[in-house]
Amino acid sequence: MNKFPREKDISGCSIFGLINTDGEKVSGSVITEAISVLHDRANGLGGGFSGYGIYPDYPDDYAFHLFFDSVKAKEETEELINKHFLIEYDEKIRTDNSINLPNKPLLWRYFVKNRNILSKDSEREETFKAVMDINNNIEGAYVISSGKNMGVFKGVGYPEDISKFYRLEDYSGYIWTAHGRFPTNTPGWWGGAHPFGLLDWTIVHNGEISSYDTNRRYLEMYGYKCNLVTDTEVITYLFDFLVRKNNLTLPLASKILASPMWVDIDRMEEKKRELLKALRMTYAGALLTGPFSVILGFENGIMGLGDRLKLRPLLVGKNENTVYMSSEECAVRKICPDLDSVYRPKGGEPAIALLDGKYV
Amino acid sequence: MSSVIPEFIVDKNEDRCIKCKVCVRQCSEEVFKYFEEFDLIRIYNDKCVGCHRCEMMCPTDALTITKNNALYKENFHWSSYTINSIKKQAETGGMILTGSGNDKAYVSYWDRMLLDASQVTNPPIDPLREPMELRTYLGKKPDRITLKEENGEVSLETKLSPQIKLETPIMFSAMSYGSISLNACESLASAASKLGTFYNTGEGGLHKKLYKYGKNTIGQIASGRFGVDTDYLDTCAAIEIKIGQGAKPGIGGHLPGEKVTVEISETRMIPSGTDAISPAPHHDIYSIEDLKQLISLIKEATNYEKPVFVKIAAVHNSAAIASGIVRAGADVIVIDGFRGGTGAAPSVIRDNTGIPIEVALAVIDQRLRDESIRNEVSIVAAGGIRSSADAVKAMALGADAVYIATAALIAMGCTLCQKCYKGKCNWGLTTQDPVLTRRLNPELGSQRLTNLVNSWNLEIKEILGSMGINAIEALRGNRLRLRGVGLTELESKILGIEHAGM
Repeated sequence: MNKFPREKDISGCSIFGLINTDGEKVSGSVITEAISVLHDRANGLGGGFSGYGIYPDYPDDYAFHLFFDSVKAKEETEELINKHFLIEYDEKIRTDNSINLPNKPLLWRYFVKNRNILSKDSEREETFKAVMDINNNIEGAYVISSGKNMGVFKGVGYPEDISKFYRLEDYSGYIWTAHGRFPTNTPGWWGGAHPFGLLDWTIVHNGEISSYDTNRRYLEMYGYKCNLVTDTEVITYLFDFLVRKNNLTLPLASKILASPMWVDIDRMEEKKRELLKALRMTYAGALLTGPFSVILGFENGIMGLGDRLKLRPLLVGKNENTVYMSSEECAVRKICPDLDSVYRPKGGEPAIALLDGKYV
Repeated sequence: MSSVIPEFIVDKNEDRCIKCKVCVRQCSEEVFKYFEEFDLIRIYNDKCVGCHRCEMMCPTDALTITKNNALYKENFHWSSYTINSIKKQAETGGMILTGSGNDKAYVSYWDRMLLDASQVTNPPIDPLREPMELRTYLGKKPDRITLKEENGEVSLETKLSPQIKLETPIMFSAMSYGSISLNACESLASAASKLGTFYNTGEGGLHKKLYKYGKNTIGQIASGRFGVDTDYLDTCAAIEIKIGQGAKPGIGGHLPGEKVTVEISETRMIPSGTDAISPAPHHDIYSIEDLKQLISLIKEATNYEKPVFVKIAAVHNSAAIASGIVRAGADVIVIDGFRGGTGAAPSVIRDNTGIPIEVALAVIDQRLRDESIRNEVSIVAAGGIRSSADAVKAMALGADAVYIATAALIAMGCTLCQKCYKGKCNWGLTTQDPVLTRRLNPELGSQRLTNLVNSWNLEIKEILGSMGINAIEALRGNRLRLRGVGLTELESKILGIEHAGM
């Protein structure tokens, strides 16, 4: 339960992400070790992880992770899920309750299939609508992740405690992202922790966007309801909107969210200039201003992106078949002291690492 | 003899006066008269409009214009203004005319909204060190962009509707040649072109001398259709259909024949010396579907190369009207609030009709979003924007850009005496008298307008920086960065903003 639901969430943070570009899986304990180095950038009021490839037994089902404030919320949610989906399997998420965390909600996961045979696009749209429906219309129920073969594990606590609580060492995945949070409000609210997830998108985010309400009101025109009052939610939805609904590539979506300056656009050669001009004009409501660096996770890769003024740190390191992204270099060096290459992308310049080994 | 007590007292310090007669020559209202036989300057207080021209031109500072405090016995209900109005009507049997905008003490919501700034969690941005972008494109935006790929190269497939590019989100609002002098028009046109923004012809046509500023001109088409021909449509960068004006919603215009000089008659394309009457409605627009036809007609005539604006006065059901205007195909909606100015309007209309721009803007922006059509149109807010702060608040409420006109006139010398309709403007602005129009040098006028907008630009950048924003589009509709002070719950709800402390 969020004690201050009308206030916009504000937090400073540490972020970390890794991908094994050959698809080899690593244990959740690896990323826990990395993020725990950044202990001091969090304040114990939020930590979380996302893992991809963690549910090999149900690879084709949507895995819904839910926070419930009450049993009633759970019953209502299940009724709604049953309307649209077949529940293949559901269970209480396994946790180590010897770890003392405050305000624990009821944690549940569902592996579901759509009741109808649909194309991939419409299947995802149906799932998107169901998630919006649950988050907006059922009091005390929050879908925290809803992709296939992936999941978000988050809560109120330091990331290393959250990891122990969810027993992340029992999961292995080819992509992991992590977050340590320093919120100045929404204390004790599990829904405010990162990563934020929708379908297979997850975002860990460091910073605060000054364009929040412009972005929120823009998204609401297209069926998104921003009820978690966090920047991260808005950024996640913007990626979903631009990439899934508008068929834009991630690099182009980055050019919208962290657009080049007009003076730079003016100097580009004609075709590129006209393209970027049109994107910036059309998707003006999606421009993010203010400091941020984010790591976006999706089914076949991760992407790091920083704001156009480069007000927040982001580092990309590579070692053999693993690409690391982090707000601080020490976290990367902790688990991989020798890197083949290290660089810090410029503001607005996306760093993309994909499963097939492509590394942009 | 009139029984109307003068509003102002002109006080002349005889010790200072050197009888140079500057005041006699400067005052077009003939407040001063020189009697050679007595070497005396006689002052007629009843003619003074309070424009302060004489005061400023007097080389020895001998003149002071003061409000006549002894006007009538103080009365809360029957103000001096009311008593004088009744007396004037009793004497003439006519409507009371006035100029410029509503000056009554209605609430100003601009003054009840405060801006947010970044502290600790989010750094403010220093506009002297970091880029700060004010560029704005006005016009219909598509809902989505589609791309095509040729030889591995991605390029744009969507063809965008016509747009106009503004280097600052401030434009000069409609003032016709006729209502203002050609020198004033040229000042505006030349300033707009230096600033990379636009001015608006009003319903005055486009004087041949101003064709060279066409790229920065928005050509208005109003109910009188004055000055509209192929050259006009071809030369202007965008076309604005004027349905209404904030100062006088539902009222047309009337330029008396004595003001229709040869040059004005040529520009407006009417016989000289005849009244130029703009009817209250367009006689080919009696409903929204008629507006659609006119929009289509203009687009067809301009080869679909120019955005079409539709300007309405802010009235009670503006939101629904705006929605209809978007669906009728307008590229830009202009909303003109009740504080907007005019060259001439009946006082009773100016002072009692319309609604505040803040409210109209807030509900229109929200309505278009609720209907998911906000992207299809740009919104320009007009009517009483006094400062860069008002402009910023307008954009945070949802405007793409603002129009200013009263502020532009003030920059050129206007002191808001509100006598524009008399055609005797001492500052050479709202007059066609060649003796008076000479008083405004278009180069200096243009420089003063450029200075004004440049200083507002600096202030807007400073405000954006304090909010941690570095592009104007991230301010647009960003209502979370506004807080109300002294607003009721209902007012906050209508404006779509939280109260301070929330």
